Amino acid sequence: MGEFKVHRVRFFDYMPSAIRAMAFNSRTERLAVARADGAVEIFNFSDNYYQEKVIPGRDGRAVEALCWVGQRLFSAGLNGEITEYDLENLKPQYVIEAYGGPIWTISCNNQGTHLAVSCEDGTVKLFEILKEKIQFQRNLDRQKSRIISLSWHPSGAQIAAGMMDMIRIFDTETGRATHRLLVERGVGASKSREVVVWSIAFLSNNTIVSGDSAGKVQIWDGLMGTLVRTHLVTKWDVLALAVSQDESSLIAGTSEGTIVQFQFLSSTVDRQDRDHEWVRTRTFKNHSHDVKALALTDTAVVSGGMDTQLVVHPLLDKVEKNTQEAAQRKIAFPHRSLVGCAKKAGLLLFQFPDHLELWRLGESDGNDHICCSALSPCGGWLVYSTVSSVRLYKLQHNNNISVNKVRPQQRIIQLRSVHQLCFSADSSKLFASSSQSSVVVVALNQLECKYLQTLRHKSGHSCPTAVAIHPTTNNLISVHADQQIFEFSLQQKEYTEWSRKLQKQGLHGLWLKRDTPVTSVGFNPKNPTHIILNDTFMFCIIDQSLPLPESSTILYNQMTLRSLPAPERTRQSHAFKICKNFQHVLSMSLLDDLSLVVVERPLLDVMAQLPPPVRQKKFAT
Amino acid sequence: MVEHGDIRVVHRGGSKIDFRQPVITNDSRFLLCASGECVKVFSTSTEECIHDLQGHTDLVTGVLLRPSNHLQVYSCSIDGTVRLWDFTDGILIKTYVIGCPVYSIYASANHEGVIFIVVPMLGDKRSELFQLVAVHLPQSGDQLVESRELSAVLSNVSSNPADIAFGRGGEYIASAKGLQLKVFFFKKQKSYEFSLKEDNKKGGLNTFTCVACHPKDDCIATGHGDGKIRLWRNFNHKKEYTYSTLHWHHNAVSSLCFTPEGTNLLSGGVESVLVQWRYNQESQRDFLPRLGAAITHIAVSPDGALFCTSHSDNKITIIQSCVKVSAVIQGLVKVLRLMARTKEGESVQTDLIVDPRSKALVLNGKPGHLQFYSLQRDKLLYNLDIVQQEYIHELGLEQFEVVKAAFDASGTWLATVEERKQKSAELEVNLKLWAFDEQTQSFVLNTTISAPHEARITAMCFRQATDSQTTMLVSTSKDGHFKAWQLATPAHTEDEGPSWSCDFVGTYHGLVPECCCFSADSSLLAVSFQEVVTVWSPTSWELLTTLSQPPGAIRDLCFGRLSCSKYLLGTTAKNLLCCWNLLTCSLEWSTSMDISLLLADPLSENMAAFCCQAGCTDLFVFKPSEPRPLFSHKAVCSGTVTRAVFAPREKMLDSCEENSQWLNRSQLHFLTQYMDLMTFTTKAEDDRLMASSKQLVIDDSVAMTPFYLLLGKHRHQQQENQDPMSSLSAERTPLPQSSVAIKELLQTPAHVLPSTSFLCSMFVQSLLISVTDLSGCRENNKKAEEEMESEKEEEDSEQEMESSIVRSEQAAVSVQSAECAAPALTKAQVRELRRLKKLDHSWLAGLLDS
Repeated sequence: MGEFKVHRVRFFDYMPSAIRAMAFNSRTERLAVARADGAVEIFNFSDNYYQEKVIPGRDGRAVEALCWVGQRLFSAGLNGEITEYDLENLKPQYVIEAYGGPIWTISCNNQGTHLAVSCEDGTVKLFEILKEKIQFQRNLDRQKSRIISLSWHPSGAQIAAGMMDMIRIFDTETGRATHRLLVERGVGASKSREVVVWSIAFLSNNTIVSGDSAGKVQIWDGLMGTLVRTHLVTKWDVLALAVSQDESSLIAGTSEGTIVQFQFLSSTVDRQDRDHEWVRTRTFKNHSHDVKALALTDTAVVSGGMDTQLVVHPLLDKVEKNTQEAAQRKIAFPHRSLVGCAKKAGLLLFQFPDHLELWRLGESDGNDHICCSALSPCGGWLVYSTVSSVRLYKLQHNNNISVNKVRPQQRIIQLRSVHQLCFSADSSKLFASSSQSSVVVVALNQLECKYLQTLRHKSGHSCPTAVAIHPTTNNLISVHADQQIFEFSLQQKEYTEWSRKLQKQGLHGLWLKRDTPVTSVGFNPKNPTHIILNDTFMFCIIDQSLPLPESSTILYNQMTLRSLPAPERTRQSHAFKICKNFQHVLSMSLLDDLSLVVVERPLLDVMAQLPPPVRQKKFAT
Repeated sequence: MVEHGDIRVVHRGGSKIDFRQPVITNDSRFLLCASGECVKVFSTSTEECIHDLQGHTDLVTGVLLRPSNHLQVYSCSIDGTVRLWDFTDGILIKTYVIGCPVYSIYASANHEGVIFIVVPMLGDKRSELFQLVAVHLPQSGDQLVESRELSAVLSNVSSNPADIAFGRGGEYIASAKGLQLKVFFFKKQKSYEFSLKEDNKKGGLNTFTCVACHPKDDCIATGHGDGKIRLWRNFNHKKEYTYSTLHWHHNAVSSLCFTPEGTNLLSGGVESVLVQWRYNQESQRDFLPRLGAAITHIAVSPDGALFCTSHSDNKITIIQSCVKVSAVIQGLVKVLRLMARTKEGESVQTDLIVDPRSKALVLNGKPGHLQFYSLQRDKLLYNLDIVQQEYIHELGLEQFEVVKAAFDASGTWLATVEERKQKSAELEVNLKLWAFDEQTQSFVLNTTISAPHEARITAMCFRQATDSQTTMLVSTSKDGHFKAWQLATPAHTEDEGPSWSCDFVGTYHGLVPECCCFSADSSLLAVSFQEVVTVWSPTSWELLTTLSQPPGAIRDLCFGRLSCSKYLLGTTAKNLLCCWNLLTCSLEWSTSMDISLLLADPLSENMAAFCCQAGCTDLFVFKPSEPRPLFSHKAVCSGTVTRAVFAPREKMLDSCEENSQWLNRSQLHFLTQYMDLMTFTTKAEDDRLMASSKQLVIDDSVAMTPFYLLLGKHRHQQQENQDPMSSLSAERTPLPQSSVAIKELLQTPAHVLPSTSFLCSMFVQSLLISVTDLSGCRENNKKAEEEMESEKEEEDSEQEMESSIVRSEQAAVSVQSAECAAPALTKAQVRELRRLKKLDHSWLAGLLDS
């Protein structure tokens, strides 16, 4: 395949934001994740855990809690506002002030009729969910201290609320508090500090489970208001709880980064009906810092926290062994390219939530965060998109670079929210892939740009994760979340022969098993049959002239090929040439002079920028 | 050749008591543990061995209380039998012949008449695979029962008894082996298997090491190689089983045990810490640290009040409710070697030696210690700390070890060599000399010589001088030198006493010295340099002569004693035993034998040679003056014997039989490959022992305490006293009442006893009641008898009453001085007592009533 000169770029100090809240919608299999910078990400668990949508954050809008109501997504934050999101256009739909000070949590009843929010001023406010909006209904009994956590009884008749030093149970009909459960403070020095009930869960058998800042997970009888059992889980805080759908399993996330599982088991194996008890079983340690958000799906524990990674840890007793589902996934970086590269001019564009960096050019832009950006190969055009708009800039660089904004009226109406942006090799066309599985093509000339056409994929297909136009054949290559590759001829307006052949034969099993999506597609300017793909852990050159690998052949055969004699080598080689020399690759592009620019962001560097974790006793120290 | 005839090889003391899990009886009074070929019954309160259950002919591999009768115990053995004992009386009730070696035994109250044993697969004795089988014990009146009806339950199980456990109510049995846990449900006849990965990410071993089942809940606790404990639940599901992990131990968990109510889980390992986990509150745990050595087994008494832990240094600790060590039963300390590189059989590094003062056997004890073990009393006297460094309980850590020790003739000086080898780099060697301090009756460190030689010390001996002024120590080393060390008073003698310093350094053609030996009168020193034996004069350090009998390097050197002191014997690596005459400096005789150990009896001319032949060791005893063995014993044990010693007898035997004469003055002890201490015994000795054990037959369940012995004697006398009486009047029944009263008095717990005054009168009455009772019934039965006669009877009974008072007095005396036996009463005393009896005692009752 030849050799490349590699520019290894490690100065893109992109820092993902901490995960603050999480909500899983089991019906649509979508997970909503809120980050500390206010961004909300939607992951599609049925589509290979692909980061389907990103709603960029805004300065001053920190999301503290998320809640699904059917297909609708609500969030609340310490700014005291409740937000509903427009998941089509990836922007907040409306914002309602709750008038209760900062909101700690938001929770919806099982029936989907009411939202409850807990406020700093000690009130629990009930909102009625209407079509297109929500409406304040009433307050429950006001308490003296802030309310941190809420949980509806599945029947919707009661709400358990965790606050400082106690848990209250409210009757939602009357709004009166029916029980007051006092939570014991920690021992020793923390005796004088109030204990915070960070998380609470109200189960259908009237059991209340609470997790608090003294490190306890406590099981309460909600009918009698008595403590059943205390499990001391950590020396630090229990920050999050999540209960499985069938209420047979429970997980608790701690400040130590551990997740402790409890299971509702009978003490004797043959009498299943009685003597059930919550027993502490497994402990998972997938995080180095606070686990702030948890979700328990039918097959996996999903967790996120201060260390910015989203971890999907499968429960081995619920999944088949050696399947795609049984593998643990850590999603550390966004599933889209944050780096643009002008191949001819040799420029690099780095995208941060609030600014872009071009070599050293920085630019700040209002309150909306940037969701995607691109740089034309000639280096003359720069395009980026926020929640509200797509902006196109003309760059002039002789010695110093100047940025000219293309006239505001030339904002393209059709390009309201865009997932991927790219330019054709001759910089004359701009392609954008939107979230509705369609590709928008925009022609640019020096002074104006005009909308050409919309290409639409078969609906119901997996989301495209990377697209590119071949510079000579003008074929569009798109790679999807389910690792499928398509080649679409723009001339004939149909899939190419190679693409059909690939679909017919199917991709190699190991290729489909990879767990990070392809984030960029490139081409070899010297050899038009070469397509260059990369994801976080590998880059791959697809040689369209070589035969496709059979399912029985070895996919990663570069090392074995090297040791073979020349005739044998040609017989064994196949179209997929994969290199795994780089780790945590954010972007990779091949310049015209056949030098490869690799932008890496080692996870260790990200870890080093995190605040120090809580102190833990390590054995033999 | 003389045949051995009536001389036997026996285990006499020092056998392992930590081999298998001990058993505490239901009343918590006795502890039973497998020890060599017998089961020992210890008292949990006094730590004394009450008796041995003898009968097995091979290693006992398991002890188990019979679930249906808590006064009986099963034991199983490699000899292929399971025996049922009454442990209180030490009676063998039944012997079940299984027919193949039994490695462990299990039973459950739910499985009446069935025991579960682990035997080799396919009945093959050599097989490495084992299976768990159920044995239906036939109901038969015979003492010896054949029960060869085995039905397999689980195949491929571990032979380690800790790896199998019965679950709640005997409904299932759990067995772990390697990385697999099997649970077999008896009702459904279905088994579930769970496997773990070989090791986790951090490199810890997931191998199962032990299993325990919760008595009430369906929860199986398993210990693992990396120190984790897993609590398995829901194990009747192939997939939805679950476990939680507890981690405190940093090395393999060797034993797990639930308390009888299931409220706590006990675990132990090499850390020598007993950990008590609260069931279902596992974050709460209690520790009992510093138990001395790695825990190998944990057992709990059926009432949960006593725990006992076996330790790898052959010790059993009895613990009261996890807080207090109440008793320690210490056997001969087995040397604990945690080093992986050590081959088995090398664990005792010092020679066996006998302390000339205490006549105790001295060898490696606790790590870094020498132990003094009294062979006569079969009891550990004490451990002497040689290394004087904290021992760290960690696997694979190189620490100082005592490798050589030697006493001088009078027992005033003890020389020890300790070494530490760190990763084949530098060897650290210390030579320490200890003086016996008369006041403290122990050894006190006098001199430490660090790096006495540049390489490992190969041999060391004291000059057996009669005058202690010129004590001399000679050490030989791999560095090619031998050094003589002498006690010298330093020049600046102000506060320091005399200390040891090097007196002479000798070499011979750069060869490596291997052995050294002083002649009986200390006038000659023989040092062997590979094939050459050099003889030196220790006074002038002159090389007197060299003796050589190639081929083969010299392995052992020994001077003859007493009348044979002109002979020097040596064994070579090329299977040659040579005897040189030092007067002629020539070879007297030689014979071809592969001798692994040669040693001389210090009290006679006899020499003992252990030769290794075809995996077995033979013993020859001979006099150097005649190359004809006095005694030979084929196949003393399997494997090579490298450690043996002649221990002087307390009392000389007067056997005149030719082949047992050599045992008259001293006894020969040796260590087998498996660290079992064995000895030779004659038939006469056996008979004497049997006779003495018969005297001590215990007919009651009272523990064998000194107090009991007194009581027993008292009863003995009582019976003797009664004997003439009963011969006088045959219809008279013996008087059990008094003993009942005493029993009540002694056995009722102190806090429920009524006041002493009440008791005293009752006690006194109890001694009287028999008389009135008897006279009462006499009156009823023989109304027709004349008054005179009845008066006579009364006198009789009075006489008896008197004797009982005497007895009670005697008992009181015994209570006060428990050590000394009750003195026999002289005639004068009896008269005095009779006089006392005539006195009016009513004042005593009045005093007590007030």
